[in-house]
Amino acid sequence: MRREPLINAAILAVLLAVPLWAWWTDEPFTITLATRVVILALAGVGLNLALGLGGMVSFGHAMFFGIGGYAMGILASQAQDYEPLMEWPILIEGTKSMPVIWLTAIVFSALGALAVGALSLRTTGVYFIMITLAFGQMFYYFAISWPAYGGEDGLSIYVRNEFPGLNTLDPIQFFALCFAILLAVLFFMSRLAKSAFGLALVAARQNQERVQTVGIGVYRLRLAAFTISGAITGLAGALFADLNRFVSPTMFSWQTSGEIMVFVILGGVGRLYGPVAGAALFIVLENVLGGLSEYWHIYLGALLLGVVLFARGGLIGLLAGREVAHD
Amino acid sequence: MTEPILEIRNLCKSFGAVVASEEVSLDLRPGEIHALIGPNGAGKSTLIKQIAGNIAPDSGSILFEGRDVTALDTVARARLGLGRTFQISSLAMGLTVLQNAVLGALGRRGRVFRFFRPVMRDRALLDAARDALQQVGLEDFAAWRTADLSHGQRRQLEVAVALTLKPRVFLMDEPMAGLGAEGSLRLTGFLNELRHEAPILLVEHDMDAVFALADRISVLVYGKVIATGTGDEIRANPEVRRAYLGEEDAA
Repeated sequence: MRREPLINAAILAVLLAVPLWAWWTDEPFTITLATRVVILALAGVGLNLALGLGGMVSFGHAMFFGIGGYAMGILASQAQDYEPLMEWPILIEGTKSMPVIWLTAIVFSALGALAVGALSLRTTGVYFIMITLAFGQMFYYFAISWPAYGGEDGLSIYVRNEFPGLNTLDPIQFFALCFAILLAVLFFMSRLAKSAFGLALVAARQNQERVQTVGIGVYRLRLAAFTISGAITGLAGALFADLNRFVSPTMFSWQTSGEIMVFVILGGVGRLYGPVAGAALFIVLENVLGGLSEYWHIYLGALLLGVVLFARGGLIGLLAGREVAHD
Repeated sequence: MTEPILEIRNLCKSFGAVVASEEVSLDLRPGEIHALIGPNGAGKSTLIKQIAGNIAPDSGSILFEGRDVTALDTVARARLGLGRTFQISSLAMGLTVLQNAVLGALGRRGRVFRFFRPVMRDRALLDAARDALQQVGLEDFAAWRTADLSHGQRRQLEVAVALTLKPRVFLMDEPMAGLGAEGSLRLTGFLNELRHEAPILLVEHDMDAVFALADRISVLVYGKVIATGTGDEIRANPEVRRAYLGEEDAA
């Protein structure tokens, strides 16, 4: 029998049980950690579409994470200062409403991914990695040198943004909101992976020539996947900024791109729940090993090396065995 | 005379000093199998790649149903109805056999940008895919991972995927390669029937198959077509015998 769905369900159950238990025992810090896992997992799920299904090794996904973060930061800071974003030709005001912020984050990170993807996807292999990295760094330095929104210091938001009917300042409610979004996106991804688009995308990763020979253009296929991927990571960025009530250029940095990639690789490239497992493992390690030593990244590096050398399917692959082709 | 479906006019292609195609002209008419033979290095594969759109010719033109397609890429030519099989099997190895066939049917139908409906539950695509697998005798292997197929089975799957495209023309690059005697014989019988669905431009080393199947044969030597004709004409052509078939076993 296939074990992967069981393991996926177990991962979700743990991810839900830990913060509930923490809520019961009144440990808000643990709830915040779990929320971090959920949001970072969402960023990884976004990357996994490009990297895992599409075979596009993007080293610039932090740019979409950052665009989402700044979408939140800019809108919310304008709202808390009661300054409109622009008055001419049309009046655009800031907002503290999460749904509006999410939509803005999704639209702008999708547009960013469309533009960056349109240029980057003309290259392949190492060149694709380098050009996405370069675009990411462009955004990073732009954010640093943009004084209107905090420059190097970033932007602080005093109060978390609002969602109708919820008290988002209550950790468990904000967790529930993020968890629901992750579930919705995972559901969407599970459908996408089995759709006509998903089949063609995966086939193009395995053999581009084959897909072209049946009359399907590979460039548009990958560009669409890259755009959706960027939009999901952008949404995660907006949530991440809201969790911290703080945005800074670090969200754009290549280290952030690397971390998102680590979630995907640790958990299992191309596995639906890989980024969830990976992000959870990463945060647990950060807190357990980080307490033992400041240099905990050394252990993370060793673990990553082990995964790449001996367990290519990551954590999910280790537990569930070889990937089974979809029915 | 019926109009040719595929017409190649004065195609030239050089790689530096190496001339791969020199003024190559040939055509493919409805209902026929036109075999392209020639010794190794004669430029058969280069010619196929130019027809399929992988390589652009230096000069000359390719007409498909009267339309100049020389400037079109592989995807556009496939969509026009060029069904190609590769000399070395080119399949999505991690997918199942059925998925590869469904991919072909999907390419034929278009509308790839569907994100939500499970493609492997699409009746129309599944029927087209299963039908093609059955035609080549792979129906029992539908659920297999393509990488687990034998070499010969992969060749069959290549043909099956081309079938799902319902092409106007088949472009087959050595479909018999590595099939073994029994497999070759079976595929020969199959191609013999297939020509009624769409004409076949067949590159093949298996001379038994070529002479059994081909209505016409073109012989390519050093990038040039030195002769085109029926099997008997080619057998009798002294230039061909000297260049290719060898004096003794030409008979």
